[in-house]
Amino acid sequence: MSTILPLTMTNVAVRRRGKRLLGPVDLEVGGLGLTIIIGPNGSGKTTLLRAMHGVERLSAGAVRWSVSEEEARHRQAYVFQTPIMLRRSVADNLRYPLQLLGAPRAEVSRRVNDWLARIGLEERASLQATRLSGGEKQRLAVARALIRRPDVLFLDEPCANLDGASTRAIEALLRTALDEKTRIIMTTHDLGQARRLASDAIFMLHGMVHETGAAERFFGTPRTDELQAFFRGDIIA
Amino acid sequence: MNDIYDGLVSAFWLVVTLDADLLEISLRSLQVSLSALVIASAIALPLGTFLAIRRFRYRRLTISVLNALMGLPPVVVGLIVYILLSRSGPFGVLGLLFTPTAMIIAQVIIITPLIASITHQAMRELWAEYHDLLISLNTSGWQRIKTLIWDGRRNLLTASLAGFGRGIGEVGAIMIVGGNIDNATRVLTTAIALETGKGDFALALALGFVLIALAIGINISIHWLSRTEREGRW
Repeated sequence: MSTILPLTMTNVAVRRRGKRLLGPVDLEVGGLGLTIIIGPNGSGKTTLLRAMHGVERLSAGAVRWSVSEEEARHRQAYVFQTPIMLRRSVADNLRYPLQLLGAPRAEVSRRVNDWLARIGLEERASLQATRLSGGEKQRLAVARALIRRPDVLFLDEPCANLDGASTRAIEALLRTALDEKTRIIMTTHDLGQARRLASDAIFMLHGMVHETGAAERFFGTPRTDELQAFFRGDIIA
Repeated sequence: MNDIYDGLVSAFWLVVTLDADLLEISLRSLQVSLSALVIASAIALPLGTFLAIRRFRYRRLTISVLNALMGLPPVVVGLIVYILLSRSGPFGVLGLLFTPTAMIIAQVIIITPLIASITHQAMRELWAEYHDLLISLNTSGWQRIKTLIWDGRRNLLTASLAGFGRGIGEVGAIMIVGGNIDNATRVLTTAIALETGKGDFALALALGFVLIALAIGINISIHWLSRTEREGRW
């Protein structure tokens, strides 16, 4: 199967009310694996992620995929920091993205049941999704994003506010997705998680890409002083 | 005080004896207002939702106009519909004046802005919650409207019931366009106005109590129906 990658960002900038939130950023993401975006609060991680996904209005520059924008939009998914639950049952939440595509009914139920099992919510299938616990909601959100088998999955701090067990469950889901050739790009504040998952990484600072690199090099021998300081746990002004 | 007591007693007897006239006008009241409700909801629910999710040039103006139209005086609506439907009016050839259809048209005009406005308020909140997800899933405009209507159906029910309440209790417009013709366009509210004018307070009150009971009954049954569907979810 062909992929919508590589993703090419040229001269992308986002400004709101005269304030520069992002950019200019030039970036290319291709191949397989998991890219981690790290950086202090307000450094533009989320804005970068949203710009890649195409849900942020760009003030300048362009985001391109190897296919048309319309096709690319259908083959990527995004998981928000606070999971957005539709006011429906757990199963209906999973069903929703497939229904939008008009997938055949039998196929939809098969995949919904498969994913319910994968995230361990089979017994809660008919429960209202808004009543799930935080960890369960996030698991459901990740499953709902993956059920369309996207080429690219974006996650914005998927494990913020989650405990160890829930984090482990999310990471297991992401590993399976990686095995199934889904390209993952995510932000995180958890450096342990970044080290566990990353195949490459991007360090954001003041709305700019400050340093990038393959995971081993990036975490082993950071080149810039700011990234070294960030790993030491210093507060970067 | 005596009048009210007499009214209650005659209301009781009218109901237990299943008075033919009472039954007829009650059913016509229901027929007119429920038809108007269905038509108005079909227009107002998507319209209100559309206004909540779509940004366009005159959106604020449209919403203000809609809110202002909630207070539309029924008598004036009746008058305008009357002029449009009268023999010399543009729709005179249809021969709709003094028929239940004319009454339904007038009521649709009166309750649509009300339902649309309440829908808009409720949907705005839900849209704020769903916005990012539905954009991310690359939904079409129509899919967004459908999703919001389905997931916000509880709130929409409230909007519709408010519209129904306004419709079934309304007298000014349907009096003008319906004409309060016995066996043809007489409904509970116009009958009450007539009986009051005639000085038959007991009958007028009896009809009034039946009207109130009807309105409460419809509200309770609709709420009950929607709750059995989704056992106490919110």
